[in-house]
Amino acid sequence: MGEGYLPFALPVLALLIGVYVIPLVAVLAASVTDPVPGLANYERLFTADGPRRVLSATFRICALTTLLAVLGGYILAYAVVSAGRRGRMLLLAAILVPFWVSVLIRAFSWLILLRDNGLVNDVLIGLGLTEEPLALVRNELGVVIGMVHYLIPYAALPLIAAMQQLDMRVIAAAKSLGATDRQAFLRVYLPMTMPGVFAAGVIVFVFSLGFFVTPAILGGGRVMMMSEYVSVNVLQTLRWGFAAAQATVLLVITLIAIGALSRTVGLRKALG
Amino acid sequence: MIRDGVRHPFARLFAVLAAVLAVFLVAPLLITAPISVTTTRYISMPTEGVSARHYIRIFTDPAWRGALWDSVRVALGASALALVLGSAAALGMWRQAGALVGAVRALILMPLIVPPIVTALALSGSWVRLGIFDTTGGVILAHAIVALPFVFLTVSASLDGLDPRIEQAARSLGAGRFQTLGRVILPNILPGLGAGGLFAFVISWDEVTVTLFVSSRAVFTLPRKIWADIRDNLDPAVAAVSVVTVLVTVAICLAVVGRRR
Repeated sequence: MGEGYLPFALPVLALLIGVYVIPLVAVLAASVTDPVPGLANYERLFTADGPRRVLSATFRICALTTLLAVLGGYILAYAVVSAGRRGRMLLLAAILVPFWVSVLIRAFSWLILLRDNGLVNDVLIGLGLTEEPLALVRNELGVVIGMVHYLIPYAALPLIAAMQQLDMRVIAAAKSLGATDRQAFLRVYLPMTMPGVFAAGVIVFVFSLGFFVTPAILGGGRVMMMSEYVSVNVLQTLRWGFAAAQATVLLVITLIAIGALSRTVGLRKALG
Repeated sequence: MIRDGVRHPFARLFAVLAAVLAVFLVAPLLITAPISVTTTRYISMPTEGVSARHYIRIFTDPAWRGALWDSVRVALGASALALVLGSAAALGMWRQAGALVGAVRALILMPLIVPPIVTALALSGSWVRLGIFDTTGGVILAHAIVALPFVFLTVSASLDGLDPRIEQAARSLGAGRFQTLGRVILPNILPGLGAGGLFAFVISWDEVTVTLFVSSRAVFTLPRKIWADIRDNLDPAVAAVSVVTVLVTVAICLAVVGRRR
C-alpha cells in the first residue's frame, strides 16, 4: 500500500499532452495571431451582426433546452423513484434505450417526423387542427425538440441518483406535522433536490453548448449554433483565426459552467 | 428501505406526465421501422407492400459495406486502445493525493469537458502534422482520446469500490506489485473494465464530429456515411441502419440488465 501505480499514468499523460493539449493551445493561440496579431477576431465576434446572431441563438437555444430537459428529467426521475417495480423498469428502459442510440439516427428520426410532409404534420392536418403544414423543423423549434430529446436522459440519470439518496422520513415528518401534499413537495422535497437540479442543469447546459450534429441536421442551415459556425469557418471560408476565437469563447463558457459545478457539488460526484 | 413506507406526494400526477415523456423519448425511435421496409427509393410509408431492399442494400452496396467495415475496425481498435490507456491512467491516479492530482485528473477528463468541435480542431491540425490524417490508425487514436475519460471514470469507480484488504492480503502472502495487479486487482475489477470497454466502443461507433475533421476519403465510417446521406438526400437505407442499430442496442441493454439480476 502507499506506493501505488503512478508510473502507469505517465505515458498516457505524455501522449495526451503531446498530441492533444499542445495542439489545442496552438489552435486557440491562432485566435490572436491569424491573420494578423491582435484582438481583431474577438472584436468581430462580439460586434459584427452575423457572429452576434450565432452567439445569441446559441444562448437562447441552450437556455431553453436546459430548462425543458431538466424539467422533463425531474418528472421522469421522480416517477422512477416513486413508481412500483414494473413501472420503474419501464421508465428506466424508456430513458436508457434512447441514451444509447446514435445522435445521428435520432436527428434523422426527428427530421422525417417533423418535416412538412412528415407524420406529425399529416396527423395534425388529418385531425383538422391545421390546414397548412406547420414549420416544425429547419428552425429553432426543431433544434430545441431534437436537443431536448437527446438531453433528457442526461438530466434524468443524475436526478434519479440524487432522489434515491433522499431520506423520505423527512416527508413523513412534514406530513405528520400537518403539511399538505403540496406543502410537503414544494417546501420540503423540492428544496432538498435543488443541488441535484443544479448539477443536472450544468451538465445539460455544457453538453448543449457543444452540440454540432443535431442543430446542423434539424436547423437545416437556417439555424447556426457556435459549433457549426466554427466548422463553417474552418472548412468553407478558411478563416482559421476567427474560428479559433469562436472555439476559445465556447471553451471559456464551458469551463466557467464546469467551475461553478465543481465548486458546489464536486465534479466527480456529478459525473459519476 | 424506508422509502417504501412513505408515499411520494403527487406520485400519480408525476407517473402520468412521465408516461407522456416516455412516449416522447421512445416514439421517434420507432418511426424508422415502417420507413425502412418501404418499396420506394425515397422516404415514405410502405403503402404499396413491404420490401427488404434497403436492408439488402446496406449489407451489399459497396459504399454502405465499406462504411460498416471501417466502423467495425475503428471501433474495435479505438475501444481496445482506450481501454488500455484509460485503465493505465485510472491505476496511476488510484489513491494518489496532492495538489497535482486534481490538475492531472482534469487533464485526463479534458476530452469529455472540451466541446467536441474544439477537440476536432486541435486533433485535425495535429494529425496532419503527424502524418496520420485520414488513416485508420489516426481515426482509432482520435476516437481513443475521445473515449479515454469514460474508461477512466468507469475503471476509477471500480478501483475505488475495491476492498483494500484483498490487496493487503495478497501482498502479505508474498505477491509482488505486478503479481498483485495481474492476479488480484485486475480480475476483481473485470466488470468495470468490461463496462469501460463497451462505453468506448459505443462512443467510437457513434463519433462524427471529430471524425469529420481527422478523415477525408480513405476512412469513411458509418456515421460519416449517414451524415453525408442525411445532408444530400434522405435515403430509406438510413432508416434500415437505424432499425438494426436500435435492435442491437435493445439486445445489449437486455443482456446487461439480465446479467445484473
